[in-house]
Amino acid sequence: MAYEEPITDYDEIVENCTCAFCGCNCDDLTYLIKDGHVVGVRHACRLGASKVMEDMDQRLLVPMIRNEEGDLVETDWDTALDKAAELIAGSVRPVFYGWSETSVETMKHGIRLGELVGAVLDNQATICHGPSLQAVQNAGYPVNTLGEVKNRADMIVYSGNNAMNSHPRHLGRYSAFPRGYFRKRGRFDKTIVTMDPRYTDTAKMSDIWVGFEQNGDYEFYNAMRAVLRGKKLKKDVISGIPKEDIEDLVEAMKTTQYGSLFFGLGLTHTLSKQRNIDIAINLIQDLNKFTKWNLVPMRGHFNVNGFNIFMAFEMGFPYGVDFSRGYPRYMNGETNTIDLLTREEPDVFMVIAADPGAHFPGGANRHLANIPVIQIDIHWGPSTEIADIVLPGSFIGVEAAGTSYRMDGVPIYMKKAIDKPETCRDDEWIVRELHERVQKIKGSQIASK
Amino acid sequence: MEYIIKNGIVYDPTNKVDGEKKDVMFKDGKIVDSVSSDAKVLDATDKVVMAAGVDPHSHIAGPKLVVGRLYRPEDSRKGIKPKTATTRAETGFSIPSCPTTGYRYSRMGYGTVVEAAMPPLEAKHTHEEILAIPNLDIPALSLFGNNWFVLEYAKENNIDDLATFISKWLKITRGYGVKIVNPGGSEAWGWGMNVHGLDDPVPYWDVTSREVIHALAEANEKLGLPHSIHLHPNDLGHPGNYNTTIDTMDLIKDISKNSPVRDQTVHMTHIQYHSYAGTNWRDFESGAEDVAKFINKNDYVTCDVGQITLDETTTMTADAPMEFDLHQLNGLKWANKDIELETAAGIVPFIYSGRNSVHSVQWAIGLEMFLMVDNPWQVMLTTDSPNAGPFIRYPRVISWLMSNKRRTEMIENGEVHKAVGRKSVLATLDREYDFNEIATISRAAPAKAYGFTDRGHLGVGARADVAVYDINPNDIDPSKEYETIEHAFGNANLTVKDGQIIVQNGDIVSTKESQTIWTNVKGIEEKENALMEKIMPVFDKYYTIKFENYVVHDHYVHNPIEVNVQAGK
Repeated sequence: MAYEEPITDYDEIVENCTCAFCGCNCDDLTYLIKDGHVVGVRHACRLGASKVMEDMDQRLLVPMIRNEEGDLVETDWDTALDKAAELIAGSVRPVFYGWSETSVETMKHGIRLGELVGAVLDNQATICHGPSLQAVQNAGYPVNTLGEVKNRADMIVYSGNNAMNSHPRHLGRYSAFPRGYFRKRGRFDKTIVTMDPRYTDTAKMSDIWVGFEQNGDYEFYNAMRAVLRGKKLKKDVISGIPKEDIEDLVEAMKTTQYGSLFFGLGLTHTLSKQRNIDIAINLIQDLNKFTKWNLVPMRGHFNVNGFNIFMAFEMGFPYGVDFSRGYPRYMNGETNTIDLLTREEPDVFMVIAADPGAHFPGGANRHLANIPVIQIDIHWGPSTEIADIVLPGSFIGVEAAGTSYRMDGVPIYMKKAIDKPETCRDDEWIVRELHERVQKIKGSQIASK
Repeated sequence: MEYIIKNGIVYDPTNKVDGEKKDVMFKDGKIVDSVSSDAKVLDATDKVVMAAGVDPHSHIAGPKLVVGRLYRPEDSRKGIKPKTATTRAETGFSIPSCPTTGYRYSRMGYGTVVEAAMPPLEAKHTHEEILAIPNLDIPALSLFGNNWFVLEYAKENNIDDLATFISKWLKITRGYGVKIVNPGGSEAWGWGMNVHGLDDPVPYWDVTSREVIHALAEANEKLGLPHSIHLHPNDLGHPGNYNTTIDTMDLIKDISKNSPVRDQTVHMTHIQYHSYAGTNWRDFESGAEDVAKFINKNDYVTCDVGQITLDETTTMTADAPMEFDLHQLNGLKWANKDIELETAAGIVPFIYSGRNSVHSVQWAIGLEMFLMVDNPWQVMLTTDSPNAGPFIRYPRVISWLMSNKRRTEMIENGEVHKAVGRKSVLATLDREYDFNEIATISRAAPAKAYGFTDRGHLGVGARADVAVYDINPNDIDPSKEYETIEHAFGNANLTVKDGQIIVQNGDIVSTKESQTIWTNVKGIEEKENALMEKIMPVFDKYYTIKFENYVVHDHYVHNPIEVNVQAGK
């Protein structure tokens, strides 16, 4: 890597900013600001810093509406909002998807709008940690805040997750490296284990790598549970791991003082899906008979956990909540975005702070191409290509303030450091405006009946 | 706007009004003694009129509530009501959604509910949920009993710094008072352990629960906070724990009260869970008599009951090791949440059944406490919602208290296990609460214990928080008509909050934004600043969040009710 000169040319420093990248929500970032732009970021990882600094790259700046020729053309805010409100008010089966990269304050207006028109509100959990949430509903949720790991843990397991690449500061700020109250020597006082079929960068820096077979998670975890419960393993090799290694590993986990397991999509999305997490949660529960263990799902987007928490306290369910009957319904496989789209049910789709164009299966995107799509976002992306109305929002944690929930549920008020581009609007304002405009249309419909 | 609630039969224990037929008037959100002839008349002829209810201990907002909702969709699928023109959709039974919580309390005629456990690190979350609950004033008690700074100050017996710390942390978290849960035990749970009793040292900290409780009580009185320490003692739910409970109350006896607005120096919460005799679940029996006797002799103690309601519910407490034990006991799904440097929590679904001998005896113990504590100002109505049962069961508990006939019926016809007869003295207690006593345990006494002078009563100048119930006290025999009692207290004829009519004939007719009540201690700001300088290096080193982002900003407390206290006065 080439050496880069430190940035010295800036007007202002803003400290204690919160990173709007992953579920770590590192809140110790320093922004270097010049001419109203962030020109440098201190303390952030490369993923976070690049998101904050190269913000203007492909930035959506003005509202756009797709014309009859199929081109997105610039328009004014009133026209774009009215058109979007009209579509939402006239829809029978609207879906509002995304929310994981915006603030809880924005979600508050979104849920009001959703209740008003009987929409489905769903977030990225539907394609990422949805199985984890299902498992939580099956088996339980023994978690801790990240500081508990920093201060107490002497054994940390990463399972189906490559934190070094996906959550680059996780090991440095919260788990392996920091010097905690009871772990004064930091890394030297901690055993790091990676359980992953791939020899990832996280595995490379771990003390133990358990490279079980692809899709072998469920069997491997079951074997660990069996050993923990004093059973003899009948096969010599389980999921590609010699039984002696499993026995040694379980012994180490049992005799540690405080253990913490972090799991990612490598565990939630292999063959057994939520059953993998069920068994991992059960393993943690069993381990607590001997010593202290907790687990935390490695959430991806900075506020993906926030949406689940928000929906749960407002309406009792974490994601995929359907208001079409006037009360919230939550049925996995029925009220989730992908299922709805592949059944071609939705007639209007609003995506906010998410990119289905890049991540949804082809069948789902095909239906999106056939129905009106309203996009609220800050960057041009694959979803913009299928959007019919584009409403440029603002960047939470940089241009707008708002609440976010870290992967462990700790709420953080992400403050504003610079002004948004003049032609953009706050997400919160956009969704509130849509709500008000839809309310007006609905009101006049009732009056004319 | 002026209103007059006409011809009601008023129970206002604070002002010694016991079933008098009189009018209650209010104007601009306050109770007044006269209104003009333009006043709108609300007819309450021969109906019970009380101040709106004050719940001294409930879990309605915060991180463990939301974990309950996240991991129990089966609970959210109960109690569903579609939205109306006034209300949002309702979901949930033991852990209702935030809007639902507000509506249901309003329907019972409540106006103020104390959220009994707020972890400082996640205080913002608690306040976010409070913002999503309509119609109530909500103080939240900040957790101090297992905080590392507190353990350190308690060990050194450094009451001065401890008081300053409490003062500062109430500001930071917008908390109302000092909550202590299983002191030392939740910290020990950081290592999968617990403390057993008052003199078991906390691992690594070289301090005992006894020292922590005493130091916090002393600091609480040094500041002169409006509420006393709010104590969930050690050994919750363990057979034989009544001794610990009595020892705990006893260790406060040398502390002198430093607040004119309350009578107690310690509030013991969900005392039912702490009044168990026996040595294991087989020989488990009631220890209520001894606990009640102690309270009867010592007026520096108040308690709330945590009455078992024999429902399926979701238990949740910062007593995390106890929740793990519970999970081991019933095998249902276990959630846990350990919070760095501060506290922990556990959540486990639970099915209390009248067919189960232990649950039935627990049910009896709660009622024994209600009936054996002589002074209703010392015992308050709670179910420790949702732990011993959801708060919507308060009307049923009231019907049990007012009807010995109903209690006897439950024991005799097998609605509860026959162990109740052998292991408690409930069957021999024929005391029946009257309306005045019900008003005391559900509004007057909790308001007094919290130092709320503006609510819990109907005196001139109080907030116009009023509940009217459709019962004619001169015409009803609650002992026989317990079903009517339960229905009436569950469906207020009228609920007024700050002069706004919220409920009419059991239906929500309007909503208002909830307000957070918090305690702002004044006069030791310099000491606080000095203390913060000492704290900051430790804070920065061991928390995973920057102090600037730890503080609860004004953003999270819309229109708060700030209770100002001069430190030490």
